[in-house]
Order: sequence, then structure tokens, then C-alpha cells
Amino acid sequence: MSVNSERSADGQELIIIIKGRFDFSTHQDFRGAYENETQAKRYTVDLNGTTYLDSSALGMLLLLRDHAGGDRAQVQLVNCNAEVHKILTISNFSKLFKIA
Amino acid sequence: MISSASDRLTVLIADDNVSDRMLLSAIVSRQGHDVLTASDGAEAVGLFERRRPQLVLMDAMMPVMDGFEAARQIKTLAGDALVPIIFLTSLTEGEDLARCLDAGGDDFIAKPYNQVVLAAKINAMNRLRVLQETVLHQRDLITRHHKYLLNEQRVAKAVFDQIAHSGCLSSRNIRYLQSPYALFNGDLLLAAWSPSGNMHLLLGDFTGHGLPAAVGAMPLAEVFYGMTAKGYGLPETLREMNAKLKRILPVDMFCCAALLCLNFKQQLVEVWNGGLPDGYLLHSDGRAHTPLISSNVPLGVLSAGSFDDNTQVYPFGPGDRVFLLSDGVVDSTGQDGELFGARRLQNVLVSNRNPALLIEEVQWALARFRGQARDDVSMVEVAFTEPDALGPPSVIYTDSGDSSPLDWSASFEYRAATLKRFNPLPYLLQLVQEVHGLRGQSSELYIVLSELYSNALEHGVLGLDSALKRDAAGFGLYYQQRAERLDRLEDGFIRIDFQIVPDGEGGRLTVRVQDSGAGFDSDRVLALPPAVTQLSGRGLALVRQLSDRCQWSDDGRTASVEFAWEGLA
Repeated sequence: MSVNSERSADGQELIIIIKGRFDFSTHQDFRGAYENETQAKRYTVDLNGTTYLDSSALGMLLLLRDHAGGDRAQVQLVNCNAEVHKILTISNFSKLFKIA
Repeated sequence: MISSASDRLTVLIADDNVSDRMLLSAIVSRQGHDVLTASDGAEAVGLFERRRPQLVLMDAMMPVMDGFEAARQIKTLAGDALVPIIFLTSLTEGEDLARCLDAGGDDFIAKPYNQVVLAAKINAMNRLRVLQETVLHQRDLITRHHKYLLNEQRVAKAVFDQIAHSGCLSSRNIRYLQSPYALFNGDLLLAAWSPSGNMHLLLGDFTGHGLPAAVGAMPLAEVFYGMTAKGYGLPETLREMNAKLKRILPVDMFCCAALLCLNFKQQLVEVWNGGLPDGYLLHSDGRAHTPLISSNVPLGVLSAGSFDDNTQVYPFGPGDRVFLLSDGVVDSTGQDGELFGARRLQNVLVSNRNPALLIEEVQWALARFRGQARDDVSMVEVAFTEPDALGPPSVIYTDSGDSSPLDWSASFEYRAATLKRFNPLPYLLQLVQEVHGLRGQSSELYIVLSELYSNALEHGVLGLDSALKRDAAGFGLYYQQRAERLDRLEDGFIRIDFQIVPDGEGGRLTVRVQDSGAGFDSDRVLALPPAVTQLSGRGLALVRQLSDRCQWSDDGRTASVEFAWEGLA
């Protein structure tokens, strides 16, 4: 499990990259990745290396969405594998996040 | 040498040689420690018992009791605490030195003593002693906290069980599996009767585990029971539950849930699923089962404005069952890391022959797959049953009945914007229940009122044709059209008039329900034989059966029903 973040070239977007299991043990690292972020207008969570995601991870995504502006937030989840996609679908998170 | 008072130790020195003892005492005292002295092993053990020194310097060879035996006894008396014993020895043979350690010694120092080495050894041993003390302290703390936690859980569970079991989970048509500590897994199962004789059932799964997962259950149960008892339907109950959880839970907590309304009289089941795995509508006649897919965001996430309370409605007749489950079944992993998955679950559902064993069969399949059973999953199965088989729901009133109003009338008109979103029935039912003589018939009254209201809305104001509900496909279309037309509704009204008049010791209630629709040929419809096997046409029969008198006028646009009661004893 690891959480890394990087900024897009124009500085407007924060990309958070999660590898391995995305669950409660990631909590501190995930929050740390965006908590002090004040400039980003958009957020992308790259789940390319994410093998599994549990309900507390869904909760963490909601925290990020809240930080990014709630209903006005621009948060997209990219590169989900089939398993992760299914979990996001059951909770209908496509109504809250852009899932690509 | 001594850096703080906490490093000041009480050191027991046991040596039968007086001059050695005095020399050592002087050295140790100079290093800032308190000293106790003993001249043989037995005396050392006695002193240890009385004074509990923190560290022992022990000569090996002594009269009465030697150092080896004294060390063994002191270690036994010390129990879990570490009391370091450093042997003082002129022995040099490896075997003899090993004996010191075997007897429970922690180190040894050779005579004659080097003061610097002795001080260093005492300090090193003290570090170990403090470490052990910290570990023991933390162990005791954890044990104590664990006991508190278990006790808190026991009390919380007892309180919650009172609430959870105040509903109708024990009905004969419900079978369920829940871990005794489901509350602390975040799982929640509730069932209750509505005044109209519908059964409402909720299976919920809060994010997380432990106390955080349990705290949301209480307010959710409260809303569920309260609104069901007052006669609210699923959409209103869902909106209220969502708003309440959104208000009180932190952002990252929510509740995946499925809610059912089982209408045994009309043979319908209404379903809302937000975030739970697919449930299933199962049929006993070989028809393929219908998945009840999650098409909503879980409760407690969306603001009231964007929450979607749309439900799906399916025919639900004899032999039909609904099966719901929390996650933990399909996402169980086998020994090779593979998921149990929806397909394995469906295979169990398809091969099930005895409905009474379905939940057990899912458990067996899960246990075979994983190599061990799971006790943290929740499953519930609710079967169709004839409405009369379960007996009427009982309602408890808390007022005395002295102030019952007995001669009044009231009229209400609900217009398009209200009809779109508002369900006036719970309010109207509360109103007429102020009349105590009617309370004995509150269930009948509620059923008749809801039938007349939904007829007025669906066939009158919205102009829907119940002939659509001939088959399962038309059934779906009917409810789809209902939602679409309601959404576009701009005109129309439903008027409801109540008239209460006293009659001898008792009284009489007349309800008139009028709508803005095109009306219908009531004589023709009422002359039709009652529909037994069809998916529709039960409403008017129910109204006729349950009220004392009913008639239609104004080309079917106005229905009028009467309920009478005798004097109260």
C-alpha cells in the first residue's frame, strides 16, 4: 500500500496515486495527500495500482470530495480495475464522482 | 552518575562475607542507591518479601541457603515484574557461571569489583526493569480497557436489541441470519407493520466497525419505526432517514441500505436499494429470479435536494420471496484469494429446493469456499403470505380518551405541486384518530383512505390505465408512467372531506374523495368479478369490503365511504 501525489504541469490539478489495498490503513496517508492543498481546482485519484477498495475507502473519497468543495467538487477517479469499478458501481458513486 | 530521582533504586546486597558486603554497600550507596543487606540466602528472601527492592546483588556461595536457591525463590515471589539479579562471584568456570543464569540470574560480575563496570551493569539492568514495568502496565491497561469495552458493548447491545426487536422481525414469513454482534459490524435489520398492514423491512450496513458503526443505527431505527407506524411510505421514510444521517454523521460515514415495502393485499413489493449488493426477488414456479440492483447512492451521503427516493415496484404473489444480503457474502475471498462472487451466489439460489433452507445453503457454500464459516454477514428472506395469516398490527395509544371530538367536518384540497411530493395520508389518519371510537378500525380506515387516494391520484389526476398491469412488463411500464406523469404534473387536485356526526352512543364518519380526472364507469367496474389471479383490480374490492358503505357519484370522480362505531364501554 502506498499513497503518492503529484501536481499537473499547470498546477491546477492534484493527482493522488494509490497502490495496493485502499482501506482504513491508508487513512492518514490519503488525508495527508490533500489536506494542505489550497491551490488545486481539480483532483484526480489514480486507482491504476489499486487492487481492492473497501467501504472506509469510499468514506475517504467522500472526505476528499468534501475538501474539494462538496457538490461543486471536481474529483475524478481514473484507471479503476474491474473489481474496484464494481464496488464504485454498487454504491452509485458515479453520481458523485467522474469515473473514467 | 544519578541523573534523576527515578533512577534511585533500592538494591539488596546478599553476601556472607562482612567485608565484601560493606565494600559493596559503600560503592552502591555512593552511586546514589538505597541499600539493604543480608548475610545469607534465607535472610535475602525474607528481606525481599518485606521490602521489595528493585535489584539484587547476590553472592553465589552462602551458608543456610545459597544464592542459586535464593535467586529462584525471589524470581518466583517477583512474579511478572522483572527484579534483576546480578550474581557476585569469584567463580570462573563456564559451567558455574551458567548455573547462575539458570537459577534466574540476569547477569554476573566477578570479584574483585570494578566500580565502573558495576555501575554500568546496574544501569543496564534497570533499563530492562523499567521496560518490563512499562510493558506490564500497558498490558494491564489494555486488559482493563478491553473489559470496559466488552461491558459497554453488552449494555449498548441490550438497549439496541430492545429497539430492534420491537418490530416484527419474529413474523413467520421472515427468516434471517445475523451475527449476535452485528450492531458492531455496522449491520442493521429492522421490520415493522404500517397501519395499512404493509410490512416495511430495512437491511442496512454502516461503514466501518465498532462503536462508530453502531452509533448511526439508533437514529435510523427511530426514523424507520416512527414513520412506518404513522403510515408514511418508503419515499418519505427514505428522505427522512437520508436527511437525518446526513445531518448527524461525519462525511466519511454512510449507510448502505435496502428498504422494502411488502404489500400483501395488493400483492406488490416496493424496493429501494442504495449501495447493498444485488438482492433477489425469487419465484417458486421456476421463473428466473429478478435481481434487485442498487441504483442509488447510500443513505447519509447526498444532500436533501439531490437525494433520489425513486423506488421500483414488482408483482409479489404466493410463492414469491425477497432475499437480501449485506456485503461479506459476494466479497468473501477463498484461500487462493478468489472472490465468492455473484455467480456462485446465484448458483445457490437456483439450486435451492427448500426455501426454508436457503440461508443455510448460502452459509454452507460460503464455508466450503473459504474453508471456514463466517459470522459477520447478514441475510434476510421475506416470503409472501396471505394478509390474514399474520394478524393485524396492534397500535398502542397513550392518551386517556376524555377529549374525543365528536361533531365536526374538515375539507382539504391538494393541488398539483403538492401531489408531486407530499403524502397527506399519515396526517389525515392522525386527524381522524383523535376520534377514539374510530381507533378500533384504524387499520381498515387507513387501507380505505390509501386506496381511494391512490385511485384518485393514479387513475383520476394522472389518468393511468390499470389494464396496463396485466403482465409483469406492463406492470413495470405502469409504474414508470406513474413517475413520469407525476413529474410533469401541472394541474389537477384531490379533495378530501371528513364529516363526523354523533349517533346515539357512537358516531359516524363520512369521507368523500374527489379528483379532477375524467372519472370512470363505476357500475361497470364494480360489477366485474373480483380479480384473484390478476396483478391489479384489488383496490375497489378492498374498499367495499372494509367500509360500512361506499358509493361513487359524479361519473366516478367522487367516492364516498362511511365508517360507523358503537358507544365505547
